[in-house]
Amino acid sequence: MPFVAVGSLLGGLVATLIGLRGGVPWGEALLLGLPLGFLQAVLCLAARYPVRAAPLAAGQLFRVTATHLSAAVVSTVAWVVAGFGLARLLEWTPRYADVSARFLREAPTLALAGVLIFLLAVTAHYLFMALEAAREAEIRGVRARVLAREAELRALRAQIDPHFLYNCLNSIAALTAEDPGGARRMCLLMADFLRRSLTLGRREHVPLGDELSLVRDYLAIETIRFGPRLTVVETVEEICLDCPVPPLLLQPLVENAVRHGIAQIVEGGSIRIAALRDPEGVVITVDNPRNEERAGGRGAGLGLENVRERLQALHGDRARLDVASTSAGYQVRILIPWSGQVSPGAALEVNGEVPNDTA
Amino acid sequence: MTRPETLRVLIVDDEELARRGLRRDLASDPSIDVVAECPDGFDALRAAAELKPDLMLLDIQMPRLDGFEVLELLDPAIGVIFVTAHDEHAVRAFEVNAVDYLLKPVDPERLRQALGRARGRLARREPMPVAALTSAARPAGVPRDRVLVRDGSRVHVIPVEIIDYVEAQDDYIALHVAGRSHLKQQTIGAMETQLDPARFVRIHRSYLLNVDRLDRIELIAKDSRLAILRDGTRLPLSREGYTRLRAML
Repeated sequence: MPFVAVGSLLGGLVATLIGLRGGVPWGEALLLGLPLGFLQAVLCLAARYPVRAAPLAAGQLFRVTATHLSAAVVSTVAWVVAGFGLARLLEWTPRYADVSARFLREAPTLALAGVLIFLLAVTAHYLFMALEAAREAEIRGVRARVLAREAELRALRAQIDPHFLYNCLNSIAALTAEDPGGARRMCLLMADFLRRSLTLGRREHVPLGDELSLVRDYLAIETIRFGPRLTVVETVEEICLDCPVPPLLLQPLVENAVRHGIAQIVEGGSIRIAALRDPEGVVITVDNPRNEERAGGRGAGLGLENVRERLQALHGDRARLDVASTSAGYQVRILIPWSGQVSPGAALEVNGEVPNDTA
Repeated sequence: MTRPETLRVLIVDDEELARRGLRRDLASDPSIDVVAECPDGFDALRAAAELKPDLMLLDIQMPRLDGFEVLELLDPAIGVIFVTAHDEHAVRAFEVNAVDYLLKPVDPERLRQALGRARGRLARREPMPVAALTSAARPAGVPRDRVLVRDGSRVHVIPVEIIDYVEAQDDYIALHVAGRSHLKQQTIGAMETQLDPARFVRIHRSYLLNVDRLDRIELIAKDSRLAILRDGTRLPLSREGYTRLRAML
């Protein structure tokens, strides 16, 4: 539809031009003008090809100008020649005897108009292309944001075991009646833990110290759930706290240690977390006892694979993850390459059990 | 309206807070007597044998024995209401078999309704669909890694890899382990579906063989063969069994 409208408009314009200026009778003017108008409309549409071929870019002014001027000249010459041919055709009928001569007189004006219209079309194409590009960029931006958000949510869902959440809610429900203070404390711990894992999860890497804080929040919650069955021993060299690690690196390992270790043992036991300086970087270990009857334990594989992939993504092949598994215990050992400076007087910090009242 | 009879209930959960929560919820009902709390499956079986409760509120994820393993070994006269925080497989198994269960955190109203239904089932002496439930609760394609056998008040935990072969004996199966045998109330067909098909082959209507134990196959007559195990045991081999065994080796 827009093509027909533009074609008719241009046709009317050409007809008016040759009719008024050239004194061509209206019938002839329309017969010549309309086909020429539509032809010009086609040429205007075709202007999109030189436009695509010569995108507007800094330093390309000469190339752009040359491209379009030559395209305008070539297409206009072709257009005028086509008009002249049409006029000659019309002369076959006796009514329009000298129409080609009169057309020729108007040819320079027509040619000028043709070039101007073509250049106008070029401008319109550039405008359209810019609008389209802007819209595409916007769509791409939105898509990228959605993907990032999805990845974040997926990561979070994978990190936080629904079993853990439901059991926490159950503990809170039990505490509300007998120990409202305890219930409140547990709510606060959970809020801290969830908030912290969301914030950390968004970042590409975090200092080990931040990750350890998250793990402490998590373990404080589990200590309320498991009571005396769960104890934690942490051995962390202070210098290691600044070492960058992928976020939520240790949390799933510690969660496994609780789920597949402590939760499977009636008397419970200790989870040992250590981070020590090594010539190649920082060595982090998570140790847990396991139930000997259940030594065939299953299900830890997927979480470990995820941790391995993220280590690989951040540090390449220089990072390592090893698992040592005996019937009585399970150890995950991670080496993170890091050349951080050892500050003088870095002390070995040894914490005892995570106290029950961390809040 | 007659006063309901006292219901004697055993609470089984490895988390103390969870047990306390249930006990508190049950305390408001004078017709309920909580006879004991148990932190794991073995303890639960022992307490069930000693105290003979009417009903067990049974957590699923527990150390040593999980809820389904407890159910398998439990006196079928004792009713069970499962309690779970989150276990898609278990919940599907309950839905399929119309077994009552509670989700944590436990809604006291739902607990009350479940207790009412349990009273009804106990009065009608409706049995639990134990076999269907235990096989449905196992994630598809994950074979059993151990078999539990009750021997009086004792429970034997038998890792599947030490089983030489399984023999059908009427309604029971005998698990043969290093010259000893353990009787278990289960059909050989049900056992076959629960074991790893890459390890255990049904070589005969009455025999399920751990292929690691096979030494050789002997032809004793036309179309009649024996499977000879490493320890010298000779087991009959049916024609289908021979085909299945050949396909595996």
